[in-house]
Amino acid sequence: MKLTCLSKGDGFHFPPCHILIICGFRILLECPVDLSALTIFSPVPSDFHTVLDEENSDHAAQDSLNAETVCWKRQKAEKPLEAKNLIYAEPWYKTVKNLHLWNVSFIDIVVISSPMGMLGLPFLTRVTGFSAKIYVTEATARLGQLMMEDLVSMHMEFRQFYGFEESGFPQWMDRKELELLPSALREIVFGKDGEELGSWMPLYSAADVEDCMGKVQTLRFGEEACYNGTLTMKAFSSGLEIGACNWTINGPRRNFLSMERENVHSSTPLTTDSSNLGDGNSNSEEFIKSLLNIDESLEEMEKLAFVCSCAVDSVKGGGSVLISINRIGLVLQLLEQMSIFLESSTLKVPIYIISSIGEELLSFTNIIPEWLCEHRQQKLFSGEPLFAHVELIKEGKIHLHPAVHSPILLSNWQEPCIVFAPHWTLRLGPVVHLLRRWCGDQRSLLVLESGVDADMALLPFKPVAMKILQCSFLSGIKSQKIQPLLKILQPKLVVLPEYLRQEVTCSSTILFSVFHFSDKETLRIPSLKDSSEVEIATKASQLKWRKLKKKGMKITRLEGELLMNQSRYLLFPAKMTTSSKQRTSLLHMGSPNLERLLTMLSNMNVSGSLEQRMGESDNVGVIHVHDPYKALIEVGATSTVITSADEKLAGLIFKAIDSIMEGI
Amino acid sequence: MAIESLVLAGAGQEVGKSCVVVSMGGKRIMFDCGMHMDFTDHRRYPDFSRISKSRDFDSALTCVIITHFHSDHIGALAYFTEVCGYNGPIYMTYPTKALAPLMLEDNRRILVERSGEEEHFTSDHIAKCMKKVIAVDLKQTVQVDEDLQIRAYYAGHVLGAAMFYAKVGDNAIVYTGDYNMTPDRHLGAAQIDRLKLDLLITESTYATTVRDSKYAREREFLKAVHQCVASGGKVLIPTFALGRAQELCILLEDYWERLNLKVPIYFSAGLTLQANTYYKMLISWTSQKVKETYAKSNAFEFKNVHNFDCSMLDAPGPCVLFATPGMLIGGFSLQVFRQWAPSELNLVALPGYCAAGSIGRKLMSGKCTTIYLDKDTQIDVRCQIHQMSFSPHTDAKGIMDLVKFLSPNHVILVHGEKPKMASLKGRIQSELEIKCYDPANNETVCIHPTHRVKASASDQFIRSCLKPNFKFSKGSLEDKPDSGLKDMNYSWLRVHDERVDEGILVMEKSKKAKVVHQDELLLLLGEKKHEIQFAYCSSVHIDQLAVTKDMDVTSESNLLADKCSLMQRLFAKLSNELRREGNIQYFGEHLQVESFHVSVCSKDNCPYRILDGPQNKSRAVVYFCCTWSVADEKLAWKIISIMENFDLCAT
Repeated sequence: MKLTCLSKGDGFHFPPCHILIICGFRILLECPVDLSALTIFSPVPSDFHTVLDEENSDHAAQDSLNAETVCWKRQKAEKPLEAKNLIYAEPWYKTVKNLHLWNVSFIDIVVISSPMGMLGLPFLTRVTGFSAKIYVTEATARLGQLMMEDLVSMHMEFRQFYGFEESGFPQWMDRKELELLPSALREIVFGKDGEELGSWMPLYSAADVEDCMGKVQTLRFGEEACYNGTLTMKAFSSGLEIGACNWTINGPRRNFLSMERENVHSSTPLTTDSSNLGDGNSNSEEFIKSLLNIDESLEEMEKLAFVCSCAVDSVKGGGSVLISINRIGLVLQLLEQMSIFLESSTLKVPIYIISSIGEELLSFTNIIPEWLCEHRQQKLFSGEPLFAHVELIKEGKIHLHPAVHSPILLSNWQEPCIVFAPHWTLRLGPVVHLLRRWCGDQRSLLVLESGVDADMALLPFKPVAMKILQCSFLSGIKSQKIQPLLKILQPKLVVLPEYLRQEVTCSSTILFSVFHFSDKETLRIPSLKDSSEVEIATKASQLKWRKLKKKGMKITRLEGELLMNQSRYLLFPAKMTTSSKQRTSLLHMGSPNLERLLTMLSNMNVSGSLEQRMGESDNVGVIHVHDPYKALIEVGATSTVITSADEKLAGLIFKAIDSIMEGI
Repeated sequence: MAIESLVLAGAGQEVGKSCVVVSMGGKRIMFDCGMHMDFTDHRRYPDFSRISKSRDFDSALTCVIITHFHSDHIGALAYFTEVCGYNGPIYMTYPTKALAPLMLEDNRRILVERSGEEEHFTSDHIAKCMKKVIAVDLKQTVQVDEDLQIRAYYAGHVLGAAMFYAKVGDNAIVYTGDYNMTPDRHLGAAQIDRLKLDLLITESTYATTVRDSKYAREREFLKAVHQCVASGGKVLIPTFALGRAQELCILLEDYWERLNLKVPIYFSAGLTLQANTYYKMLISWTSQKVKETYAKSNAFEFKNVHNFDCSMLDAPGPCVLFATPGMLIGGFSLQVFRQWAPSELNLVALPGYCAAGSIGRKLMSGKCTTIYLDKDTQIDVRCQIHQMSFSPHTDAKGIMDLVKFLSPNHVILVHGEKPKMASLKGRIQSELEIKCYDPANNETVCIHPTHRVKASASDQFIRSCLKPNFKFSKGSLEDKPDSGLKDMNYSWLRVHDERVDEGILVMEKSKKAKVVHQDELLLLLGEKKHEIQFAYCSSVHIDQLAVTKDMDVTSESNLLADKCSLMQRLFAKLSNELRREGNIQYFGEHLQVESFHVSVCSKDNCPYRILDGPQNKSRAVVYFCCTWSVADEKLAWKIISIMENFDLCAT
C-alpha cells in the first residue's frame, strides 16, 4: 500500500488530495479546486469604464483591455497591490497541482468525501480515457452538483462581459505578461515552487457537470460498495458538512480508514457519530460518540450568535448586512439564528438569499432527514420541518431570488436588509454587485469566512468603509482531538501529514506505529498481515483428508475456483468430475522403504528382486521385477523411476510405492 | 449451526398479523410485531410467551426489526415494549419511525372507540416505545452487535417499507415484510441486491393472484369516481391514513387538474393532512418521478384537498371523501358509510385488501344489500360499490420473481391464506427446485445451512490462482460445422484459459487451517520431495527406407541431422494425432507434451529399455527414450502406442 499526497489542501474549501494504491488499485481521494486562487482575477468591473477613462489620459488609444492592463503593470515597481494589478480577464481555475503527473486513465477509483472535494471532478471526467468509478454519498453528490452548477452560472457573467475566448491560451497566461505580475500574484499563479502554472484550467461547462454526475455512483451512509469484488468501501458521516463523510476501504488484506477532516461537532446539521477502523484493524465497527464535545459545539453556537448580534446592530444603525459564507450547514443555522435575533429585537428587516441555486438548495435540505444530526431528525419524528427556513419563507421573512437583477427582487428591494449571497472569494456572483453598492457605507457589515485573505479579496473594492467581520468556524478536527480519537480507533498504523508531527506526539502507551508523509512524496505503508483469509465452500466432513504421521496433521488437496467477493476469497471446489477418476498423489515426501515395497508388490502378485550396492543407504537400490512382466524400479535418494513396457504393471508399481509413502 | 424460524402467532397461514422470530448463530431476531384488528381478546397479539417462558425478553431477543408501519406489522409493538417490558433495540426505517406513531395512535383510538374496551396501551406508551427505536437508512449496513449485521432494502409496499437482510457469521436471511414488485403512483418497486441467502421469508398475500396492468385499474377507478360525482353523488374511500390515501390522492389530483374539476376532495381527520407533511419531508423515499418534484412543487402539496368537517356529512352536492380507517372496520369511515350507503347515487370505493369479517370484505363479495352492524343496527346498502385491487402487495409473479432472483437455499411463506400458500409452495418447489415451507402458527421451521471452512491462505497460493493457464490448440473446420468456410483450408488457433486452482489445505491440531501452494508444503512440513517418475525406452521399427540407407556414412553431424528429422516426423505425427490432448512442444532434440518427454536414445544399453521377447532383427530399430510423471500417465501410454505403431518411413 502506498500513499502519495498530491496537495495538503488549505482550509474548508480546499480539502487535501491524495492517491492511495491499495491491492493494486489506484484510488484518488478527493478532487478539489483551489478557489482561493480566483482572487488574482478582478471581478466583473461594473464601473470599468471610469477606470478606462482615467487610464486613457495617460496612454494613447488602447486596442484591447489586455494590452491596457499590461501597460499598467509595466509602470509599477513593487508597490503595494492595487486593484488594477489584478488580471482583467475571464478567470481560469486552479486544480490540484500534482494530479497532472498521473495518467488519468490509470485511476481506478475516485472517492469523494465532501461537496468541496467534488468541485474539480468535471476537470477529470472530461478527459478522454477517464474510466474510474466515482463514489460519493448521495447528499454530497446533490450538493456538489448544485455548487458546480452555481459556479458555472456565476462564471457566465464573466463570459458575457469578456466574450468567448478564441484560442487555447488566454493572453494573461503569456510568460511575458506573467513576469510582469506583482510577486504576490505571481506566487499564486506559479505556486511556491514555481511548478503550478500547468494546473490552471478553463472552467468546465454545464454539460461537463452533467456528464460528470452521470459517472458518479452515489451511496448512503453505511452502504457498502464493492469494487471489483476486492475493495469494499463504506462512508461514515464526518460531521463537516451535510453528506460529508470518512471512508473505510477494506481489501482482502488491508483495511484503510480515510479521515480527511473529521469534525466532531454536534450542532452542525449533520450526524457526527460514526467512523472507525484504522489500517489493518479488525473488522468490528465501533462508533465514536465520546468525542462529541459539548464545549466545542457551544463555542460554535456562540460564534453564530455573535455574527447575528453584529448583524442586528448594524441593521439597527441603518446599514445592511452582506453575508458571503457559503458553507451550507452554517448558512442554514445562521438563517434560523438570525430570524430569532430579529424577532427578539422587533426589527422588521427582510432577509434575502440571492443565489441561482438557493431555492433548490433550501428545499433539498428539507427532504434529507437521514443525513442530519439526531436533533434535526427529532423534528422529522415530531412532524415539524427539518429547518426553520421552510416556515420563514412561507411567512415572507426570507426571500429567495436567483439573481440580483430578478424583477421580483428589484420591486421588493428594501434597505437595510440582510443578504446571503455567494461567492466567498468575492470575485463571483451577486456578492460582487452588492459589495460595490455598500463598500463605501460605514454602517454596513460584511461577514467573511476566515481563511479568505481579506486584503486580497477586498482589493477591487477599495477603499472599503464598511465594517468587516471575519469569523472562523470549525473546519476539521482539532489537533488536540487526534490523540483521543486514535485511542478509540485503536489502529495498528497511523499515517499523519508531516505538519502534524509536532502537534500530535504519540505517547508510548499507544500501540501503533505512526508514519508521516509530506507533499509530493510517496509513502510506502508496510503490510501487517502475511496471509489472506479464504473460505472454502464445502463442509469439512466432505473433504478427503490424508493424515500425516507426525504432529497430528492432516492435509487434503483442494481443487476448484478461487473467487473474490466482498473483499473475501471464496474457494468453490470443482464439481466432482475428478473424483470418478482414481485419485493418486502427485507429490511425495521422504523416501520409500525398499523392504516394505517388496512386500507390498508381492501382495499385488508382482515379484521382483532387490539389488543394492554396497555402501549405499537402505533406501536406495534397484528392484528388478520379473513377474508378470519385466520391469525396473530404480529408487534413489530423492527420486524413483519406474520402467515397464506394460501400462498396467507400471500403474501397479506406482500404486505400491504410493501406498507406502506420504504424499498428496 | 441451524437457523430456526419460529413463526409466532400471526404470520403463518393467516393474513392479519405478522411476527416471526428467527434464531441463528446464537442471535434471536423478531421480525415485525403485528396486531390482529379483528380480535378483541388476547388473540389480537402474538403469543409472546413462546419467546421466553420467564418473560425476560431482553435476554431472549437480540433485536426487533419492523418492516413497515401497517398495524399488522407494528400494532403490538407498544404493547410488547411497554406492557411486556422489552427494552432491547428496535430497528425500522426513517419513514416508518416517523409514521408509526400516527398509525399506532389511530389503532388505539379505534379499539377504544369501537368496543369501549379498556386500553391495552396508552398514547404515552406509544411515545415511550418510539423513543427506543433506532432509525436506519436503506442499504445502510448496521452492526447490531459484534456478530449481527442488518440491512434494509426498498420494498415499495408503503412509504418506508423495507425488506430486511440479517447476517450472523456465514448465515444470512432476508425477511421481506410486505413488498411490491411493480412501481405505483408514488412508490418505486422493491429493490434488492443479489444476496447469497440461506433462507428467504416472504409474504404471500396474493400467492395465486396475477394482476393485470395498473393503468387499466386506475382508469376504471377514475371513471367510476367521475361518473358518480358528475351525477351528483358522494364518493367514500375508506382507507388508512397513510399510503393508499396519498397514492389515490395523487391520482385524483392529477385527474382533477387535467379535467379542471371543481368537486371538492376531503380528507376525513387532520390525521391524513398531518401525514402529508411527513410525506413531504420523506419524498426521497418515493418513486423517482415523484422525488424529482421536490424543488418546485412537492407532489404531496395537494391543491384540491380540504379538511372534512362532520357537519358536511349531510351537506348536499357531490364530493370525494377519504375516511379512516380502511376496510370499514369502524371509526369514522363506518359512520360515513352508514350515512351514505342507502343512496344509490353514492359510491363506495374499496382500495385493496379487506380482512375477513370486516364490512369491507362483505361488500366486496357483492350481492349484499343489508349489513347488520349488531343486533339492532342494520344498513341498507344501495350505493354502488367499486372494488379495486390497488393493494400494494406483490402478486404471485412478483413472489416467484423475487425467489428466483435471490435463489435462496430455503423459502418460508408467511402472511397468506393457507390453500394459496400451499399452491405457491408447490410452484416454488417444482419450478425453482428450492425447499419451501408454509408453517402454521407457533410452528418452528429448522433449516441447516451449509457451513464454510475458514482458512488462511498463503500468498503463493493466491498468486498461483491468479496466474492464467493458457492452452493453445488448433481448431479445424469440423469443430464448427455451421461455418460457411468449408472450402477454404482454414484453421485457427484457440486459446483456452481453463483455470483449476489448486492448493493444499493443512490442518494442524489447535491451529488455524491453512491453504498453501504445493511447493510450500514441503517447507512447511520440513520434508524432502521424492519424485516418482516413469521411464520407458520405446523401440520403433524402421523399414528399409531411404533415409536410413543414406545414413551409412555415420558422421556425427549426419547422425544429429537424422535425429532431428526423426523428431520432426514424430512431431508431425503426434500433432496430427493428439489434437486435443495437449500442447506439443518441439525442441529439436526432444519433444515435450506436458510432463512427457521424449528423445532419440542413442545409448546401446539404456537402463529403461526393457526387452521382452525376441527381437525382430530384420528390421531396423530406433529407440525413443520417454519419461513422464504420474499426472500424465494416460497421455504417456497413448503417445507410446502411437509411436510404436508408427511407420516412420510412411511419411
